[in-house]
Amino acid sequence: MMDAQRVNLDGFSTENPDLGLMSFSSPHDPEPGIRVRDGVVVEMDGRTVEEFDSIDHFIARHGLDLAVAPEVMAMDERELARLLVDSATPRDEVVRLTSGMTPAKIARVLAGLKPVEMQMAIMKMRVRRTPANQAHVTNRMDDPLLIAADAATAVAFGFRELETTVPVLHDAPAVAMALLIGSQVPAAGALTQCAVEEGLELKLGMRGLVSYAETVSLYGTERVFVDGDDTPWSKAFLVSGYASRGIKMRVSSGAGSEVLMGYAEGKSMGYLEARCVALARAMGAQGVQNGGIDGASVAASVPGGVRELLSENLMVMMRNLESCSGNDTLMSESDMRRTARTLPLFLAGSDFIFSGFGSVPRYDNMFGPSNFNANDLDDYLVLQRDWGVDGGLRSADEQTVLELRRKAAEATRAVYRYLGLADFSDEHLESVVTAEGSKDLAEPDSLAVLHASRVIQESGLTGLDVVRALDECGYPEEAERVLGMLRARVQGDYLQTAAIFDEQMNVLSGVTDPNDYSGPGTGYEMPAERRREIDTVRQQRSVIDLVSEQDRHALPGVLTDAGPASPGDDPREVVIGLSPALAVSLHQTLSGLTVYEVLKELAAGLEEEGCEARLVRVQATIDVGFIGLAAARLAGSGIGIGLQAKGTALIHRRDLAPLMNLELFSVAPLVTREMYRAMGINAGRHAKGSTPDPVRNAYTDEAITARYHTRVVSMVAVERAHSRPDLPPQEVRWNR
Amino acid sequence: MEPLTPRAVSGRPIDELTLERARSGELTLDDIRIHPDTLLHQAAQADRFGNSQLAESLRRGAEMAMLGDEELMRLYEALRPGRSTAAELREIADGLAAQGMPRCAELVSEAADVYARCGLAP
Repeated sequence: MMDAQRVNLDGFSTENPDLGLMSFSSPHDPEPGIRVRDGVVVEMDGRTVEEFDSIDHFIARHGLDLAVAPEVMAMDERELARLLVDSATPRDEVVRLTSGMTPAKIARVLAGLKPVEMQMAIMKMRVRRTPANQAHVTNRMDDPLLIAADAATAVAFGFRELETTVPVLHDAPAVAMALLIGSQVPAAGALTQCAVEEGLELKLGMRGLVSYAETVSLYGTERVFVDGDDTPWSKAFLVSGYASRGIKMRVSSGAGSEVLMGYAEGKSMGYLEARCVALARAMGAQGVQNGGIDGASVAASVPGGVRELLSENLMVMMRNLESCSGNDTLMSESDMRRTARTLPLFLAGSDFIFSGFGSVPRYDNMFGPSNFNANDLDDYLVLQRDWGVDGGLRSADEQTVLELRRKAAEATRAVYRYLGLADFSDEHLESVVTAEGSKDLAEPDSLAVLHASRVIQESGLTGLDVVRALDECGYPEEAERVLGMLRARVQGDYLQTAAIFDEQMNVLSGVTDPNDYSGPGTGYEMPAERRREIDTVRQQRSVIDLVSEQDRHALPGVLTDAGPASPGDDPREVVIGLSPALAVSLHQTLSGLTVYEVLKELAAGLEEEGCEARLVRVQATIDVGFIGLAAARLAGSGIGIGLQAKGTALIHRRDLAPLMNLELFSVAPLVTREMYRAMGINAGRHAKGSTPDPVRNAYTDEAITARYHTRVVSMVAVERAHSRPDLPPQEVRWNR
Repeated sequence: MEPLTPRAVSGRPIDELTLERARSGELTLDDIRIHPDTLLHQAAQADRFGNSQLAESLRRGAEMAMLGDEELMRLYEALRPGRSTAAELREIADGLAAQGMPRCAELVSEAADVYARCGLAP
């Protein structure tokens, strides 16, 4: 049984320091240390300046505050870990101290934190007060209309950054343009990105087709860095290059990439990532995407690996950089394991909790499946509600989403047509609106996308052309929003750390919305409106909703009350006691059978044994035992059946204590028609004094209480409202 | 610092970036490019936020803001590993310094030094 569990599809590695398969504290990790001579770092983390590789050089020259370094490097790591966790130590003080920590020092401090301590530190250290979330929006076909529709869906659900990529590189411009259009249909201000080769990505930015960049990768060893065809200097130049065009950017790193490339130099993942994050700060990037990313599963394969992933995000926050916190790779086949990987960060909050929640089906995610995907959206929304935590998302009702998808697809089609890029058929558009993914599309035309991209490239189309086309095609609001994204880059405020736009185009960043957590009762609190959004999941039902559902099953006039009931004297008579609201306000039991069907089966069972059913409403109580007993006391046979509207039923006898019974169906959702029939038969046998054949209760491995308890609570409330402790049992006439 | 009404590289003030002007085709790519002064203003803000490295990057960006796209890409390419000798990088650095781009020049000249030490130059 254990072998069959999905967690055993995951790979688990023994620790191997030589290959870098260690989460923290490899024997090859250096001792933290720094030596400064005449304002120049001459030794850092066990290497002299002569032994420095290019990463060391860059960090030593740009990444450390040498005024702070001697102080913090002399401090005990446990003391530093405590300052991180202690909410009385201000965030600014930790940021100040971190500015003087070498990579080995920060790695060692974090190695000493327990998971919940990391959560405490993350709550304090993240840059932006208001958490947010990023979505992956891609599809296998690079279908622009589907990209636009899915972008609209993502923004409707609350994502503030959308990242796309393309299986076919040349499709990038067409896909970036569609993403830009779709992203602005539900609301203003979502940032968009197209992750492709560094040079092309910058060009798309220069043309105004994307508004941020993230796929500027850093690695912790020089060999892998150079294999990535960059150096810290070329990357630093690129970082400033984005700034020079007014485009937000962050860099990407994360454990496991050096191991996968075979050049981890025997160092632990935590230490190598500490180098990446120190480098990110040194280069002047405002933020970092990390937490494993493509190598998340490598980290997760070793002991303590998932804790290491969480620590990566914390390193970024300590360096006062925006954290875009991973969770974007499906790191396990086990639902339990992948949820457990994400939960700590979700609870603590981050600038971006996911650096790509897969808002599309797994098969359409061209980054590979994310740790959470489209089919997990409802789970995620419920998790927000369960914990009262703002995970950046909200519910969106189906009708609204369909309208937004249609508008996004139509606007994109119109722009493509207007700019001479491609023409999409009505049939194609219709299939896009309702598609769950690209498998549902009619006639995907991959050549059309390539052609569109070529035209965009050759004629040098820009974001301004998109604005003009939207406006000319009757989408002035969307045109204004896309123009707003272009204006933002002239304004420049979203170049500051951890910047996003809210839907009114206000910039929320470390400057305008700084995290002010300093212990319980401080920091981010959801505004009432946001609280309501999180609490209002689409599945929630009130008592009123449930009662109106009940009304659809009413059969008026079938059961009518006919005055106070009197005891019977026929020894073949079995009384069925009805609960107060049964067939008055409640008509359907939890099993799906109506109360009328249940009564019919019970009566038929009794008849099979030559007995006769009489109905009595017991209004004084809602307890099925007392109802059954009251019925038994009125029955000529002394046998009664108690029945609640939710379907719970029992056989009672007049001489038993109220809470005893002869037979009980306690799990109402699982009681079948046949079982009610059998209960009728057994009640008849009890009446006659013959031997019953007890019915076994049904068993289940379903989360039976989770499924039914909200309905049970509502039904009980309705029963309670109809109960009349002052009234004696009433005769009920059954007009069959 | 004084509040600033940003203008684009073209000199056009930001409040002239309107739908009407976009419709009439009056706006060009230079009208949606950030002005160096705005980047310097943002750099000062980054310093106040306590991130001198971000500030420095924004100041380098201010120097690059007037460069054309092709020139920018050419410089980036030259800095990639194995593309330029240390001497070539020093020459580029001198050129940047002469163009009034001292911070970018400093970055490239530092690269020349480190690439030579670490074997990243051919």
